[in-house]
Amino acid sequence: LSTSLRNNGAAYVSLAAAALLIAGFALAFFWAPEDADQGISQKIFYVHVPVALTAYVCFGWAAWKAFKLLWKGEERADLESYTAVHMGVIFGLLTLVTGSIWAKVSWGVWWTWDERQLVLFLILFLFYSAYFMLRYSTDPGPRRARTSAVYALFGVVLLPVSFLAIRLAEQLLHPAPIFNRDGPQMTASMFISFCVCLAGMLALAGGLYLIELGGKRADRSLRELRELLA
Amino acid sequence: MTAGEKYVAAAYLVVFAAVLLYVVLIALKVGRLERELAALAELARNRAEEPRG
Repeated sequence: LSTSLRNNGAAYVSLAAAALLIAGFALAFFWAPEDADQGISQKIFYVHVPVALTAYVCFGWAAWKAFKLLWKGEERADLESYTAVHMGVIFGLLTLVTGSIWAKVSWGVWWTWDERQLVLFLILFLFYSAYFMLRYSTDPGPRRARTSAVYALFGVVLLPVSFLAIRLAEQLLHPAPIFNRDGPQMTASMFISFCVCLAGMLALAGGLYLIELGGKRADRSLRELRELLA
Repeated sequence: MTAGEKYVAAAYLVVFAAVLLYVVLIALKVGRLERELAALAELARNRAEEPRG
């Protein structure tokens, strides 16, 4: 069973993602009430916030794998960290695009430089986008793995700053945090719908991560085989 | 369809399109890996058939 789970992990996680996302979006549209202030446009919340939180998780996972590479010298952690950054950048781009759409319908502009939350997320996204330039500017090998790991680990400093910016911001165009000391700042049906969407988005990222990692490993094995047969 | 509804649809479609694009890219990658593997298998077969001196 464990071998079957390992080999088909990506398929199971992707299946779970599909089920959770369909359920989450259905709950968001047909069960959760419409927001009194924003109306229908608030429904973007159920895709934008889970995507953003998933991007944070991917970058955090990349940093954790980078830490394992630097601390324990686990060679496979290099590819895992790289794949997690790859996923984080995809979800980061989706965060910026869905956020811009929400900004346009709510504030009337696609982007505003006055919001620290937006600018900090953009900095985080650009920081991790530059990871690929660094990675491909050096030859494959232990040196590249170490420099990439150090870079991915540095980026983790930006995560709490970006995440907490919404709480620290004084200018409040961006909606209030989901949680504060009094608990979730929404109705129970909204919060449950949000949690299902978040679980679905995390499962989607997990499935894509496993597929991408499998592809990258297969690519590397084929390269080694080609060199042996040459 | 109101303007708000159009923007909501756009936000969800962007995510859906990204996942779809990713599936296409992965399919292309699997195709390339399959071709490379077939070429390597052919090379290995030829090596095995070569007379040993």
